[in-house]
Amino acid sequence: MDMKVSKKLGLKERYTMMTRDLAWDTTFQPMDKVFPQVGYEGIKIHDWDQWEDPFRLTMDAYWKYQAEKERKLYAILDAFNQNNGHLSVTDARYMNVLKLFLGSTPPLELMAARGFSMVARQMVGAGPRVACMMQSVDEYRHFQTQIHSISNYNRFYNGMDEFAHQQSRMWYLSDGKSFFDDAITAGPFEFMVAIGFAFEYVLTNILFVPFISGAAYNGDMAAMTVGFSAQSDEARHMTLGLECIKFMLEQDPDNLPIVQRWIDKWTWRGTRKLASVGMMMDYMLPKRIMSFKEAWEIYFEQNGSALFNDLARYGVKVPKCFAQTIEEKEHITHQSWIGFYMKPDACPFHTWIPAPDELDWLSEKYPNTFDKYYRPVLEHFDRQEKAGNRFNNKTQPMNCQVCVSTIKFNEPGDPMEMCFRETVYKGEKFHFCSDHCKEIFEDEPEKYVQTFISSHAALQGKCEPEGTDINAHDYRPGARMHAYWRMDKRATGDFNGSEDQKNFAEWRHQATKN
Amino acid sequence: MTSNAFIAFQKNEETRCIVEAIVDDNPDAVVVDQPAMVKVDVPGRLVIKRATVEDKMGRDFDLQELQLHLITISGHLDESDDEFVLSWQS
Repeated sequence: MDMKVSKKLGLKERYTMMTRDLAWDTTFQPMDKVFPQVGYEGIKIHDWDQWEDPFRLTMDAYWKYQAEKERKLYAILDAFNQNNGHLSVTDARYMNVLKLFLGSTPPLELMAARGFSMVARQMVGAGPRVACMMQSVDEYRHFQTQIHSISNYNRFYNGMDEFAHQQSRMWYLSDGKSFFDDAITAGPFEFMVAIGFAFEYVLTNILFVPFISGAAYNGDMAAMTVGFSAQSDEARHMTLGLECIKFMLEQDPDNLPIVQRWIDKWTWRGTRKLASVGMMMDYMLPKRIMSFKEAWEIYFEQNGSALFNDLARYGVKVPKCFAQTIEEKEHITHQSWIGFYMKPDACPFHTWIPAPDELDWLSEKYPNTFDKYYRPVLEHFDRQEKAGNRFNNKTQPMNCQVCVSTIKFNEPGDPMEMCFRETVYKGEKFHFCSDHCKEIFEDEPEKYVQTFISSHAALQGKCEPEGTDINAHDYRPGARMHAYWRMDKRATGDFNGSEDQKNFAEWRHQATKN
Repeated sequence: MTSNAFIAFQKNEETRCIVEAIVDDNPDAVVVDQPAMVKVDVPGRLVIKRATVEDKMGRDFDLQELQLHLITISGHLDESDDEFVLSWQS
């Protein structure tokens, strides 16, 4: 047969044909009725075709490369599991990183998958619609692969099996849950700033880059391969978030104040969520690679400044919280770890006082704050623990109405004072961890009065295991939280003396002796 | 001060060639080795040229293959068949 061979299309042509050329304007119904949500937030768009995905990724190429990533990932996971890889991690304290990660991250990936498929439906332009669909599939992939990679550990270690139940109920998982609940109930453009910018650009750069690099050097090939495989998608996600911000700013000058408010709000919300990631780097990786402070400087201060300097041409200002986050980088991880240590009965992972050489590492990495404020506290707890007087706070924590972090961070400029704010709305008092969260509340009080805070709701008798009679004369609110959380008691309390510690030592011994 | 554009890859045989190509094409490149990964910083503008990567690898290379090894990027991206460019305007 006589066939005319035409030259292969270039990337730009192929992208245009596979996105814009496949899209059409509706005629049975007007476009603004088909895509109603893009107008709700006040963002003005004049020409959707101005939005292109700079990766120019088309669906055919997407499936090809994603399939290759999955093959690599599962080859490594299989090899790691076949080789009893869990026994090659630095020490058994490491497993607690995975427990915290499992409760806090995969459920958020699932929320991101839902959010991006909703936003993809709402975007009028074919470019962002295709990119949002790809991101939705990516997020679903992350949700699944993270759970797969940790499922092998679940066969051996305590405290992992109820993460899905606990995600909506545990006091310390509420900050991440509220981040996504807030984003997904906003309009499509705010969702893009919340997740595409704040979560991807600020947060995942810390979570999946220095933290996963650390997991690799703690011998956890499973977390390493899952983390890096996820992060290979995140470069695309950050680009989408950045494109969205640029697109809004270029389309109409009236968009600037709206975008600025979202940047201020979501940079702060992302920062609050990072306290526990930083704690994993500074306290929970037995072999430390980089301090949270160093990571923050590279990936937020320098990288964030590059972005904000660049966006200055549109009139964007550095987020209001920027200076406060720089002050807090020397404090938040210590305050978080001490906070978790003080509540040994209330989390499904173990805590411990760092060994003397680990305390020295922290002193070296945090010369301005650690010896002055935090080392004495940890050493005091250590002495008390050894004297049989282990600190145990059995009360419910108080959480911020906006970010739902426990209220535990310090007053700006005064590390010895706890920061606490309140406001009255319609006769009811609401509490906050910071000025920034208070301001976010006051912008949209009707939204945030609805925040579900389990540690507060428990005191109202709303968090009880099935069959509890809250009208019984001997009923005490919050007394059965363990049953409500479905907490495995073997997973709580001190690492020293735990079943995980004992089993790991015994299995490692068996693996190296005959 | 010019902001850095950067790119980070998982450390493997393919990215060794890609990083060599970046260093050849970007005289101000600074390579930062970290556990399991490698990051390259370039002030202002970072370019990856397909032809240089092909030369290092000794085979045809599609710039979209970068996605298999990517960890993170910084800068505005523009990708064509021949070049992958990250840049900041300030």
